[in-house]
Amino acid sequence: MSAPEAGPARPLAPFIKIDADGKPYLEGFRCAACGEVLAVGSRRACPKCTVVGMLKPIRLAERGRLYTYTVVHRSFPGVATPFVAALVDLDGGGTVKGTLVGVESGAICFDMPLRVEFETLDMSGESAGQYVRHFFTVARN
Amino acid sequence: MSDVYVIGTNMIRFGRYPQRTVEDLGAEAALLALQDAGLGIRDMQALYCGNVGEANRSVGQRILQQIGQTGIPVVNTANACATGATAFREGWIGIKSGLYDLVLCIGVEQMGRGLLGGGSSYAGVPTEGLVGSGTMPSMFASLGMEHSRKYGTTFEQFARVSVKNHHHSTLNDKAMYRFETPLEQVMEAEMIAFPLTKLMCSVNVDGAAAAIVCSECRTRELGLMDRAVRVRASILKSDPYTAHNLALLDFNTITRHAADAAYEMAGVGPGELELIELHDCFATAELMHYENLRICGDGEAGALIDSGETGLGGRIPVNVSGGLLSKGHPLGATGLANIYEVVTQLRGEAGARQVDGARIGMTHVVGAGSSCAIHILEKA
Repeated sequence: MSAPEAGPARPLAPFIKIDADGKPYLEGFRCAACGEVLAVGSRRACPKCTVVGMLKPIRLAERGRLYTYTVVHRSFPGVATPFVAALVDLDGGGTVKGTLVGVESGAICFDMPLRVEFETLDMSGESAGQYVRHFFTVARN
Repeated sequence: MSDVYVIGTNMIRFGRYPQRTVEDLGAEAALLALQDAGLGIRDMQALYCGNVGEANRSVGQRILQQIGQTGIPVVNTANACATGATAFREGWIGIKSGLYDLVLCIGVEQMGRGLLGGGSSYAGVPTEGLVGSGTMPSMFASLGMEHSRKYGTTFEQFARVSVKNHHHSTLNDKAMYRFETPLEQVMEAEMIAFPLTKLMCSVNVDGAAAAIVCSECRTRELGLMDRAVRVRASILKSDPYTAHNLALLDFNTITRHAADAAYEMAGVGPGELELIELHDCFATAELMHYENLRICGDGEAGALIDSGETGLGGRIPVNVSGGLLSKGHPLGATGLANIYEVVTQLRGEAGARQVDGARIGMTHVVGAGSSCAIHILEKA
């Protein structure tokens, strides 16, 4: 693992974008008609209010709170376990799934404040290359 | 418009049949259902066939190649875990519209073993574990944790669902599993995704089920009203927009919409149901759906499973067939197997697992993606 950097690294989720300075961020969309914030990519129309062509890209917050989670003990073959799969409500709107790292399962509590972080991964095998992922850590302040 | 009736139904025992084909499994169930009605394939005016795994390979036509190529229209349906129920509902629509008097509905599936789920890759790159999890158990574990967050529901309460449904399946000779699982055994089984142990996840099996759906007029002409079961409500919904649904599928809102519409169509309330076959793909789901189907208030599902009222002999028995957890969950067949179970109960032919005097029952399935089908059935 190394610090995120510009270049060939590709996002591991559709809502991860790299800005002009090479810094990764989570892209969301706000509907200019109803105000709803979406965190999973653009749509032709707002899935909530159905108004067409009014979703505007926004930069989602990098702070949020843990809505729900599970500790995954068995996953697909070759996937290291256990890990914490989390659903996080971001400050200012948008809900994103991801992996919560650096916290013992017994210390996890609903609504705990979390921070969105990014890292660049070097992957080998069929998908060899550099990828950027987001993950969650406990916000300490 | 006149009513629609189920006049024949059956299913094969759910299990693993790797040496057989999808069309062979479906054909066996179809012939059993036709036999139950005392009819033949020449009496059928259309076939509605539900299957997920081979959805683009004309499964309904292949079944007709096995049981008689009479040239009738075939509609193949694929709608995730609501696939079989969607085929049944399409048959109901065919009769209700007046276009047909007698149709055959089949659900069939051959499954592999192991975890189900998507979302474990993005642009061809595996992301499982790196960006949360896309497995079905992790999804329903997270939904169970949401229930715990709201209402304090415990691991033990979720586990009691498996104890109950595994017990029920000991009374069903068409179930995959037929053994008791005491509470300690359920809770101490391999943890898949907290709070779901392996015994709290449904079983991937092969299976097939079928139903003959008939108009009121033809049911009377055939003299089959004695064992007929009336379809009081048939509802299908897709998932409405909710804030979390795009990141973690919301099976609650869709089920509530479908349940409310079904109660309205049937003109009955949840208090009038005498049994329910609901979508217990995971133990957490059953408790969520007690509330979604309105058989208890919000936050009361944990207490309801503790009370034993959803077990055979209780106030509102749920999944007396053993449910998806123990009877098994062959995706495309599940919805029609639910129809078979409730029809068999309403006919008073369920043997050791008979719900005494049952006259009105409900079937419910909800599939990822999302799709929810509910039927309310009544003894004619």
